[in-house]
Amino acid sequence: MSIDRREFLKFAGASTLLGLGGITAVQELLKTSAGASHVMVDEKALSAKRWAMVIDISKFKTEADYKNVVQACHSIHNVPDIGNPKDEVKWIWTDTYEHTFPGQGNEYMPEGLKHKPFLLLCNHCEQPPCVRVCPTKATFKRKDGIVMMDQHRCIGCRFCMAACPFGARSFNWRDPRPFIKEQNPEYPTRTMGVVEKCTFCFERLAKGLQPACVEKSNGGLIFGDLSDPNSEVRKVLSTHYSIRRKPEIGTQPSVYYIIGGSENA
Amino acid sequence: MYNSGKIITGLIIFVGLVATPFFYNSGKTSVKPEPGIDTPAIRQLAEKQCVEPREFMKANHMQLLNDWRDSAVRDGSRIYVNSQGKQFTISLQNTCMHCHSNKAEFCDKCHTYANVKPYCWNCHIAPKENKT
Ligand code: SF4
Ligand code: SF4
Ligand code: SF4
Repeated sequence: MSIDRREFLKFAGASTLLGLGGITAVQELLKTSAGASHVMVDEKALSAKRWAMVIDISKFKTEADYKNVVQACHSIHNVPDIGNPKDEVKWIWTDTYEHTFPGQGNEYMPEGLKHKPFLLLCNHCEQPPCVRVCPTKATFKRKDGIVMMDQHRCIGCRFCMAACPFGARSFNWRDPRPFIKEQNPEYPTRTMGVVEKCTFCFERLAKGLQPACVEKSNGGLIFGDLSDPNSEVRKVLSTHYSIRRKPEIGTQPSVYYIIGGSENA
Repeated sequence: MYNSGKIITGLIIFVGLVATPFFYNSGKTSVKPEPGIDTPAIRQLAEKQCVEPREFMKANHMQLLNDWRDSAVRDGSRIYVNSQGKQFTISLQNTCMHCHSNKAEFCDKCHTYANVKPYCWNCHIAPKENKT
């Protein structure tokens, strides 16, 4: 007999409710051996009270500037390229000013902005509605502000997709594997029936690396700790005018856009 | 007695149904699996030990993996210090499968024997088999 992931989660949930899930392997080990095994954070890991990203769109000039960034993310995270918009899976992508900042455009705004693509990704909102609606806690907010996906727990109910006002989440309607040109063996793929999105490269931060998109952006993306007044993000935000997506909804996005860079001012 | 024929027929069918799994499995030989640990990475090890002693891993690897998963994904703690004080990066794909690159010889042998089908491999990329 084999059980599928849904049944397994139901079972796991029920046993937790019954209080059967209490003993961890580590506790088990303590009973059997003298040594004490434990887990810890890598000394090299980057940490913050609230991670944030600033997107300086004046630094994005050619199509290649955008492509490099999207490619960097999608290739290391095994994001499939399905090739039709209905089944599309995306972690970082581009859209028009009108769609990025609805209601904030007007017909006389600078031509350069009107037709310029904007980079979009999960905003890692401070008040994330996706977390509130997720019935399994597959989506949760870490202490450092990252709105994280635990792919193991996602049952694909898609409540989070309905709740996210930014369309930042994608659902795997089909097995993504055949649509990944070159698999990165260091990162998992996903499976059919789960939701996915940008995770602020939690796996790279854990090793002391900046997010992949930031690394490839030639200074167009700036990443850092919003709670630290000396951080790069705070410096940039205190010297440039910035906007965020749909602030009126109150989710408090951690992604900021500088649209009035020197060329566009 | 009314309907005794039907009841008896019913009973026979019932017993037959309940016993089906036994009949189904009766002819099969079950050879005790001997998982292979012969991989290039393991051959290089001076002391051939997993992150914890073999007996512990045999009995508890599934629980350890479960704890590893929670600790890496949910708490962001990615270093495991074992009972001897040695450190390992918490990762199924990059740590476990680095040594056990012979998934078919190692994982699958027991899992097939025990008829458990873990869905780890739906997402985690199994190493290309090292046939040496
Ligand atoms: S952008 Fe959407 S998915 Fe990301 S944290 Fe905000 S609500 Fe959640
Ligand atoms: S689909 Fe979204 S809301 Fe549903 S379990 Fe998965 S992450 Fe949670
Ligand atoms: S932060 Fe990481 S996961 Fe998010 S878009 Fe950039 S590269 Fe992708």
